[in-house]
Amino acid sequence: MSFPLGIGGVASGLICGLVFGFALERAGFGSATKLTAQLRFKDWAVFNVMFTAILVAAVGLYVLQLVGMVDIDQIYIPSAFLWATLLGGVGVGAGMSIGGYCPGTSVVGFCSGRIDALMFFGGLIFGTFIFAGAYDFLEPMLTALPAPEAQTLPELLGVPTWVVLGALIAVAATVGYLTTRKPAVSSTASA
Amino acid sequence: MSAMTSSSGPRPFWQPHLAGVLLGLGLLMTFVLTGHGLGASGFTTALAATTADVVAPATTESSSYWGPMFENGRNPLDSWITWQVIGAAIGALIGAMTAGRFQISYDGPVRLSKPKRLAMAFAGGAISGLGARISLGCTSGLGLSGAATLASAGFLFLGGFFITGAIIGLATRRIWQ
Repeated sequence: MSFPLGIGGVASGLICGLVFGFALERAGFGSATKLTAQLRFKDWAVFNVMFTAILVAAVGLYVLQLVGMVDIDQIYIPSAFLWATLLGGVGVGAGMSIGGYCPGTSVVGFCSGRIDALMFFGGLIFGTFIFAGAYDFLEPMLTALPAPEAQTLPELLGVPTWVVLGALIAVAATVGYLTTRKPAVSSTASA
Repeated sequence: MSAMTSSSGPRPFWQPHLAGVLLGLGLLMTFVLTGHGLGASGFTTALAATTADVVAPATTESSSYWGPMFENGRNPLDSWITWQVIGAAIGALIGAMTAGRFQISYDGPVRLSKPKRLAMAFAGGAISGLGARISLGCTSGLGLSGAATLASAGFLFLGGFFITGAIIGLATRRIWQ
């Protein structure tokens, strides 16, 4: 059997989304207080959840590729445009520190009953209108300084994939050990 | 706050590494089924395009940004990402309900009044929506899913996201706690 299966239908969208939304809710990512506590370094859940998820999926893809079950050329790898990718990250980071969410977690927030998350979602639509209005002006910047297409960290650094995975696991394990040994003392706001 | 709150109160959130493993397995399943990862801002873009098209169809379909999304009678909402976001909404609702956490409430910077909190949520959303279009992806599509493929784009995005978020987060910490 060879993956990916290329299933792009309604059922696969609903099932993948269901796990996504449920995991984010269980992690506490429907709460603006919880999410932004990471940005104030009061709670390391955002870092620990994201890095664990990234590594589970990355190691899983690596192993499935090693045993010949996944054709990595069929897996979508985004390309970087240095200015646009970085500036977009700056915008989404600023958006979370000001508004409390990111696009995905705002959906989780208002499905947990949070009115501010619904406002954030409305803001996302408004921000997309601003982008569309400024598109002709922004366009030259969007594709300036492209990195090689679909470039990965192992290609960028010229090292084998397992070295990058090992280094990321070391970082995640160290941060995880230092931040989850004792329960967080400070914020009880969303516990 | 609410009389509906059960006497035992909401259950605690999952331990972060446990939630991370479930999220990672869901992401791996998505790659294996579809060949791509999870996302969110692709849906808000399609929703914004459709809203613009309902309000002003002629202007929208001739716009340099929206226009190509409607070529040959296409509907931007007719897409996998729409079903994935609907699934995520249902999954979050199930998660909140079954943990006794669903409650109509106003989260956000606790030192500010409700109208100010809502204004900040809207402003933050607008900045986030603009940013996610500039980078062609958000924390889900580019940060989480991109980094899982070890794409340098994913890590560049996450660097900009965390550094900016932390600078503003620390500068504004007094209104949040």
